[in-house]
Amino acid sequence: MKRVNVIGAALVLFALVIAPALAATKLTGAGSSFVFPYFNTAFYTYNSAHKDVTVNYQPIGSGGGIQQFTQRIVDFGASDVPMNADEIKRLPAPAVQIPIALGGVAVTYNLPNFIKGGLKLTRETLVDIYLGKVTKWNDGRLTKINPGAELPDLPIVVVHRSDASGTSYIFTDFLSHVSAEWKSKVGTGKAVEWPAPSAVGGKGNDGVAGAVRQTPGSIGYVELAYVHENHMTQAQLQNAAGRYAFCTGRGVAAAAATKPNLSPTDFSIVDTKGETAWPIAGYTWAFMYREYQKPEEKARARVVHDVLEWTATAGQQIAGTLDYVPLPDNVQEVAKKTLAEVRI
Amino acid sequence: MAGVYGATGLFVAIVAGLFVELYAGSSTSIHAFGLTFLASSRWNPVTGQFGALPMIYGTVVSSAIAIVLAGFVGVFGAAYLVEFAPRVIAAPLAFLIELLAAVPSVIFGLWGLFVLAPILRVHVDPFLQAKFGFLPIFQGYIFGNSLFTAGIVLAIMIVPTVSAITRDVIAAVAREHREASMALGATRWETMAKVILPGATTGIFGACVLALGRALGETIATTMVIGNKPAIAASLFQPSYTLASVIANEFTEATSDLYVSALIELGLLLFVVSLAVNGFARVLTWTVLRPARAR
Repeated sequence: MKRVNVIGAALVLFALVIAPALAATKLTGAGSSFVFPYFNTAFYTYNSAHKDVTVNYQPIGSGGGIQQFTQRIVDFGASDVPMNADEIKRLPAPAVQIPIALGGVAVTYNLPNFIKGGLKLTRETLVDIYLGKVTKWNDGRLTKINPGAELPDLPIVVVHRSDASGTSYIFTDFLSHVSAEWKSKVGTGKAVEWPAPSAVGGKGNDGVAGAVRQTPGSIGYVELAYVHENHMTQAQLQNAAGRYAFCTGRGVAAAAATKPNLSPTDFSIVDTKGETAWPIAGYTWAFMYREYQKPEEKARARVVHDVLEWTATAGQQIAGTLDYVPLPDNVQEVAKKTLAEVRI
Repeated sequence: MAGVYGATGLFVAIVAGLFVELYAGSSTSIHAFGLTFLASSRWNPVTGQFGALPMIYGTVVSSAIAIVLAGFVGVFGAAYLVEFAPRVIAAPLAFLIELLAAVPSVIFGLWGLFVLAPILRVHVDPFLQAKFGFLPIFQGYIFGNSLFTAGIVLAIMIVPTVSAITRDVIAAVAREHREASMALGATRWETMAKVILPGATTGIFGACVLALGRALGETIATTMVIGNKPAIAASLFQPSYTLASVIANEFTEATSDLYVSALIELGLLLFVVSLAVNGFARVLTWTVLRPARAR
């Protein structure tokens, strides 16, 4: 009787644990750390519905993701900025790029004895602060847009991300859109030469938040999700339509809605004209190859395709609960249509 | 015998291989910028202009602050622990100090950013400025994330290295020397200052070189507190940048060949700077110590 039990238990164990593991498809992806919290939860959820698919995503940074994808080390990559013409030229085969996550960048500041959330900024003053032209909080350009507020005679310390990041890319893309001077003098990039004499770099969102929190008179930018989780003080920023607002999921979604024909070459959604649009927002992109030759490669690519499609569509509900902004329906359609180009 | 030669050969081969690999990786940048890479203060990934001078400065100065503070505290702390402290205090205290060496550097970085930097900015830095403000190194606006903060965090990180080795070296000074000194009527302090410490100098110097190496190459803790600004300022209260920090900050997202190559050249420079600083320290102690011994 005992022996039967042991054999039975072994069979059950085999059926439950080992057999699925043998049949399972283990996918790997690498790239953007911005999407990692979303991917982490999304792939876990996907796995509970599709027991035979596990996805291992490594948030090594967008540059590393593109490199590993180019060398075919990973099945898919993710980047905060779509691959540009140079990067595409280096790929061993044509690829497709789809929007996979949407996020906003909020402006945070530290002014002691100042009403929380009271600070208003126009797009031009934000540029001038980051250019190092507005250097004091009681500068005329700031007091003019904050009538009645007692702005202190304090130097402005400009805080930025020191690590090359998609957040910095979106933020400098916004500054370049607003100001021709910023565009020619500094430009858009994941890492730029910050012109303000009082600039300080913090590593990661927590580094920027830490520097802002401990430096009275400082201003910085962090991801929307990070602001929410840490209850940070946000500034109100005027958008192109003239309306002052805080960075919210709704404002980011409104910015995304202004660009229905999103593509990897036309992807910027900063400083849009939308009435309620938040001006500093952007997409993260995922990519896989367009064609696969061998039958086993095709089978694998089909799973990659299904996972990415689910992540860009049905999975977006999860993104909403994690302080990302769910992709608008038309953008989900763009992702689906682009993925349909993959020949599997 | 063969084993000794083999191990030495392997060691030399690893160091030489590392140098060659770094040099090969940075060839694109070396061709593009030549020596201006060492003299330029610009670091602009957008336009592809790269210069390493502020990072070399930041690396050397932050490590110098660290080794001066850690050397002072570490050596005298070790001397106290070995020669003066009662056994009940010495053993646990030594254990605690050496436990610092086991704390991961990211913890030092976070602690530096959220605890130490605000304290320095509000209390210590203004005090130094008030007392020694006539020195350019203490002038100007006080940033929490600064060269000074980075130097202090590094000092705390390397104190265990200095103190642990110094303790062993002091303990190893021959018993006869101590007894002879005492027998001649010297006090414990005189014995320490005139017999034990001079006898242990070579070992203490070795401890400092080892600690300095850790400070020069430290990456995450420095990155979190130094302010990451590629500019040279006279004041220690201004943000700065180190060679290792730039690599940590930008390597993952660097895509163009020139950009990657410039970052690898920073690694090559870190290698060269470490060698140069160690060599300089060796020459310095050699010239300072020789006359003293000859007397």
